[in-house]
Amino acid sequence: MRIQAGKLAMASMFALAAGLGAAQAAQDDITIAIQLEPPHLDPTSAAAQAIDSVLYSNVFEGLTRFMSDGAVVPGLAKSWDISDDGLTYTFHLNEGVTFHDGSAMDAEDVKFSLDRARAEDSANAQKALFAAISDVTVVDPMTVQVTLSEQNGNFLFNMAWGDAVIVAPESIENIKTNPVGTGAYKFSNWVQGDKIELMRNDAYWGDAPAIASATFKFIADPTAAFAAVMAEDVDVFSNFPAPENLPQFEADPRFKVLNGSSEGETILSTNNQMPPLDNVKVRKAIAHAIDRQAIIDGAMFGLGTPIGTHFAPHNPDYVDLTGNSGYDPEMSRKLLAEAGFPDGFTTTLKLPPPSYARRGGEIIAAQLREVGIETEISNLEWAQWLEQVFRGKDFGLTIVSHTEPFDIGIYARPEYYFQYDNKAFQDLMSELNRTTDPAKRSEMVAQAQTIISEDYVNGYLFQLAFPTVANVKIEGLWVNQPTASNDLSAVHWTD
Amino acid sequence: MLRYTLKRALSLSISLAIASLVIFLVIEVAPGDPASYMLGINAQPETVAALRTELGLDVSKTQRYLNWIGGMMRGDFGMSYTYRTPVGQMIADRMWVSLPLALYALTLSTLIAFPAGIYAASRRGKPGDMAVMGATQLGVAVPNFWFAMMLVLIFAINLRWFSAGGFPGWDEGVFVSLKSLTLPAIALALPQSAILARVMRSSLLDILGEDFMRSARAKGLSRRQALWRHGLRNALIPVLTIIGLQFSFLLAGGIIIEQVFFLPGLGRLIFQSISARDLIVVESVVMLLVFSVILVNFFVDLAYAAVDPRLRSRT
Repeated sequence: MRIQAGKLAMASMFALAAGLGAAQAAQDDITIAIQLEPPHLDPTSAAAQAIDSVLYSNVFEGLTRFMSDGAVVPGLAKSWDISDDGLTYTFHLNEGVTFHDGSAMDAEDVKFSLDRARAEDSANAQKALFAAISDVTVVDPMTVQVTLSEQNGNFLFNMAWGDAVIVAPESIENIKTNPVGTGAYKFSNWVQGDKIELMRNDAYWGDAPAIASATFKFIADPTAAFAAVMAEDVDVFSNFPAPENLPQFEADPRFKVLNGSSEGETILSTNNQMPPLDNVKVRKAIAHAIDRQAIIDGAMFGLGTPIGTHFAPHNPDYVDLTGNSGYDPEMSRKLLAEAGFPDGFTTTLKLPPPSYARRGGEIIAAQLREVGIETEISNLEWAQWLEQVFRGKDFGLTIVSHTEPFDIGIYARPEYYFQYDNKAFQDLMSELNRTTDPAKRSEMVAQAQTIISEDYVNGYLFQLAFPTVANVKIEGLWVNQPTASNDLSAVHWTD
Repeated sequence: MLRYTLKRALSLSISLAIASLVIFLVIEVAPGDPASYMLGINAQPETVAALRTELGLDVSKTQRYLNWIGGMMRGDFGMSYTYRTPVGQMIADRMWVSLPLALYALTLSTLIAFPAGIYAASRRGKPGDMAVMGATQLGVAVPNFWFAMMLVLIFAINLRWFSAGGFPGWDEGVFVSLKSLTLPAIALALPQSAILARVMRSSLLDILGEDFMRSARAKGLSRRQALWRHGLRNALIPVLTIIGLQFSFLLAGGIIIEQVFFLPGLGRLIFQSISARDLIVVESVVMLLVFSVILVNFFVDLAYAAVDPRLRSRT
């Protein structure tokens, strides 16, 4: 009996302690810094990652969604049926979902969103995601049927992108300044050049998140970023821009550093139609002249995973092909001689602004000089880079990180800026698009990675890291970035 | 005087017309297209074309220039390509940060420079003068962004008296807003005050050698009395000219300081707009700055004429 009483006393003490903890009320606001400001707030009509960094999953949701490990799970659609021929997807929508303006989200909104994205005059930056759709039909308010013109093994994945979120016709006109979605957070305020504020949506259909209000601040300058974290002006800095400062944060008990991986394959992009780079032996020589680890250490202060093909290493289907292009200057010189360039040659190396390109470019130029390849370096702004390199295809080499998830399909587009034209690869990609069986898909994806690696289409350097610096008391942040996002749904303060 | 004013006004409008043409041509010549910048590297060419049409970029350059000028005459600066908000509104919002910051910095710089310049002039050649001149030499040499970083390091990171940057907005209260502008204003003001102090000193020394100053001394005023009663007012003319110039510099020239302190001001707007090729914003902001400089000069011209009647007949 006495023991019982003791237990009871203990239990009530715990209850009291717990009550006190609750009364103290854990902090429920958060300030997250990102480097770039969104140009506007419509994820369905711009490529800027900053838009998704603020809005993905927080304000806007799609039929399906990405989890932090890259898995595609149900979003606004609670389930779906796929017809036997793989051409018809019937989505069953979650009940009781409302937009932030109070209007109900139903099959009409889904039809509107998908039709808008694939329309003739659509300004969707990823219009290719919707290319397979031939028809969208409203079956009843909670059911929508999407018909494809051909099988598409990636369809559910495609619908998880930020560019495929569901928007409402009632609020579309002002979406760029006043986004109205279905997510757990409502857009509240945007001080242009400074910050965006989100407020918890109390009418949210899913689980209520812990954070009540979130402020996204835009801090472009790396020195200012360091100062803002050190002065604790911000609680989280997502994708911290100066890797050289990270050890200092790691050593500071106030902070923690999350070393995540992004979807950014950083490549030495090569103009496959420009002589002498159209010669596979020359491209192979370049690949063997490059010491990846030296670039990762020198340009990224050790952050980044070496890659041997255009695929993210954290993906289960990744094949390690770095062996195809090991650092071997001797072999590189031999290959150049075989290709008819015993004394090397001169080409251009055009570098966009990010530090991986500017710093990495200097190191690559030095490494190429070792084997006799001279590069004329020019530093370009993004707008110039898009004009000259991407649109004008006026370049020999350039360094760029391709940050879209699962984007190996760009190698099947001969008009794409590096102009790789291989019929076998193109056939493989269209077959992959039609294939829905997971095991077969894995096999084909591996085959695709091998083809481009052995064709030395581009120099494959490293997977871009995604470092996040956060207050040590914050839990639940995404570590990796399967898509650009600062999903707040699991974020909370601990004490 | 009326004739003179009309002449000045005519030259003002011609300057503005030429400036608008030059700004438009120079900015439009820059390579890069706002539509492809926005859509990134996975977009299909027809999507880019669709967006160009939506933004009104597919009309001829002449037409765009006329639309822009015509709009500005009516006070309509057009619509930003990237933000999709009216440019006039954007500039007005940013002005609420940049204008107070420029005024704050100007006030600080004047408060430091006047006493320092006067002190140095009155102690010419003595250790006090040398110390002030040495300090101003340093102030002119040190770049303001470096100075800004040092301020952040000391007052934001180590002492934690200020936040490292950002601007809470005037709605949050005048005190917190002014506090957040304090470090940037000091960083902007110190190099300016060094220049101003040197100008103040040399202008005073010039005046001290004038005949009327000798007369003042001959009347029996001490050196210091003569300096305060007769010297200072005359020495102020070149100093005020410099202050006018510095004000336009401070308004537009805070680009780097606004980056260091991540303030949502005009400088940051120009910076972002240039990289996004949001040409209409760049053109309008630059035009506005040119307009303010020309307008200030216009009033300075009028003020000179009011002070000095000889100018009215000469021009």
